Amino acid sequence: MEFREKQAIYLQIAEYVCEQILLKQWPLEAKILSIRDLAVTMQVNPNTVQRSYDFLQQREIISNKRGVGYFVEAEAMARVMAFRKEQFLENELPVFLRSMYLLDIPMEEIEIRYEKYIDETFKEKKYED
Amino acid sequence: MIQLNNLSFGYSSKKLLYKDLNLNIQDGSIYGLLGKNGAGKSTLLKNMVGTLFPVEGSLLVNGMVPKSRKPSFLQTIYYIAEDVYVPALTIKQYQNLFAPFYPMFDGNSFYKYLNELEVSIDGKLNKLSFGQQKKFVIAFALACNTRVLLMDEPTNGLDIPSKAQFRKLIASVMNDDRIIIISTHQIRDLENMIDNIIIVDDGTLLLHASVADIAEKLCFKTVSEIPPGARVLYSEKMLRGTAVVMENAGEEDSALNLEQLFNGVTENPAMAKQIFSTN
Repeated sequence: MEFREKQAIYLQIAEYVCEQILLKQWPLEAKILSIRDLAVTMQVNPNTVQRSYDFLQQREIISNKRGVGYFVEAEAMARVMAFRKEQFLENELPVFLRSMYLLDIPMEEIEIRYEKYIDETFKEKKYED
Repeated sequence: MIQLNNLSFGYSSKKLLYKDLNLNIQDGSIYGLLGKNGAGKSTLLKNMVGTLFPVEGSLLVNGMVPKSRKPSFLQTIYYIAEDVYVPALTIKQYQNLFAPFYPMFDGNSFYKYLNELEVSIDGKLNKLSFGQQKKFVIAFALACNTRVLLMDEPTNGLDIPSKAQFRKLIASVMNDDRIIIISTHQIRDLENMIDNIIIVDDGTLLLHASVADIAEKLCFKTVSEIPPGARVLYSEKMLRGTAVVMENAGEEDSALNLEQLFNGVTENPAMAKQIFSTN
């Protein structure tokens, strides 16, 4: 079993941006923080944020309007979900599955806990929408 | 751009520290200059700023020769020494005396930086604590807007909140025309700021690569067993297994651990050279 210590910083920043979009902190089609402002907030090199934004542009999650700035794409939500799902299945799930196996936790127990968790954490919110 | 061609330097002509050093430093990047104590990091920076001269070879900073110390050169470069010195002047007197040497100096930014680093004093600067003096000099240097900014251990003496402020300031002043070189042992302080790494040891250049390049060639992870046949640059027993820096066989994109990279490159220079010579 191996653990990746951390993902490359530019991917961590890309995930942060995706998180803001999922949480609707950064609305669809709205302008997002400039490269410099995000670099200052995150205390990272602006070139690294540039790389994150390039990556997100390739995935059509954000787009660049020349001279104006970066915007969240109208269709970003589905693409963010696809990207995050890919990341989750690749990085987080194997760690989870390993513990499940080692600790001999049956799938049924996970299922019960999953339902309960969703109930407690997200149900109310979902009705509000 | 800073170009070193076959540069040799020694404090005595009999014993050279650097021999035939070749290095190209590009605009728009923040370089981390790493090396053990006495490896010659400060010496290299002093050659670039023109307080020390190469014995042989050439050194050009944006096409100019530092040794000539022309005003047109000196106004484009700022060097912050590890131990800063401030005279018995007030902030205003210091600014009046030194800012005219830097045509791009911006007074508004200067006070903004001082404010962000929480440096305030009504009296003389030399009454400030070491950390406060250091922050004062950093604020002044950044306000000079020079194309080249060299910093020797800038985070030494800074308190915990100031280190975060320092990173924010560096991120805010970086642009495509600038070169920032930071020599440091405190790599954790600046791990995410640096986008190019230079490692020197015993007067030789062991590594010069961009962070993207390093992440492509090496992967940083923790394993329970080291895979047989892998080229391992560095390994260290950790709580969860063995932390390794090894050749990146697949497409893994891991975050750099500068401490482990440094140890690997200085312990195994030959292997590092092999891994980085294949393009």
